[in-house]
Amino acid sequence: MLDNANDGTNSKSMSIIATKGTLDWAYPPFILGTTAAAMDMEVTMFFTFYGLGLLKKDLNLKISTLGNPAMEMPMMGRHMAMPNIIGGLPGADKGVTAMMKNMMAKKGVASIEDLREAAVETDVRLIACQMTLDLFEIKDTDLIDGVEIGGAATAIEVAGKADINYFM
Amino acid sequence: MADQTLDAKGLNCPLPIIKAKKALKGMSPNEVLAIEATDPGSVADFSAFCRQTGNELVSSGQSGDIYNFEIKKS
Repeated sequence: MLDNANDGTNSKSMSIIATKGTLDWAYPPFILGTTAAAMDMEVTMFFTFYGLGLLKKDLNLKISTLGNPAMEMPMMGRHMAMPNIIGGLPGADKGVTAMMKNMMAKKGVASIEDLREAAVETDVRLIACQMTLDLFEIKDTDLIDGVEIGGAATAIEVAGKADINYFM
Repeated sequence: MADQTLDAKGLNCPLPIIKAKKALKGMSPNEVLAIEATDPGSVADFSAFCRQTGNELVSSGQSGDIYNFEIKKS
């Protein structure tokens, strides 16, 4: 095995830029971030644009079938996609979101709240984009504790040193 | 004989790994953590986890629908 593998430290680092704030898109950054942290990597997650919503104290993440033709849900032994004309009706997003959350709970998939808590517990560095806070008039007090505020230069400095960089 | 056990049955990726890491954190070097999981992906994942973190995967097996792992903390 590698020499540095047994000393309990791992010099590898990962940076993730999270730009999307829907329930489905919240998973990739939090799954990879928390897993990398569990694998002793130093992880930084930078939240910008709609991704910033993932740092809000109150998470009310939704999913939509609109603009997402690949989304098929298992139903009665088959896989069903929702036509856009139905997905655009009032309440459709709410229904699909409830269905997705229910399915996730049944399959033992972690909630975003749990993954985010795991990220905080494992000292993942969470950075909120200052420009996005200004743009969408979000107060830093709306965000969970322990979040840093930064800009593009902060994100790039981290990315420049990271072994793995993801944009999501 | 394991020093600690973790029941990760019914949990999906990445929870078995995250919970295992949490358990290992509270253990001493050379102690063994025994894990039971039902996620088929955990076979490849615990192997990758151990290669990356330097903890030793002492055993990896399956009985019925349950996957068993033993990890020795480095």
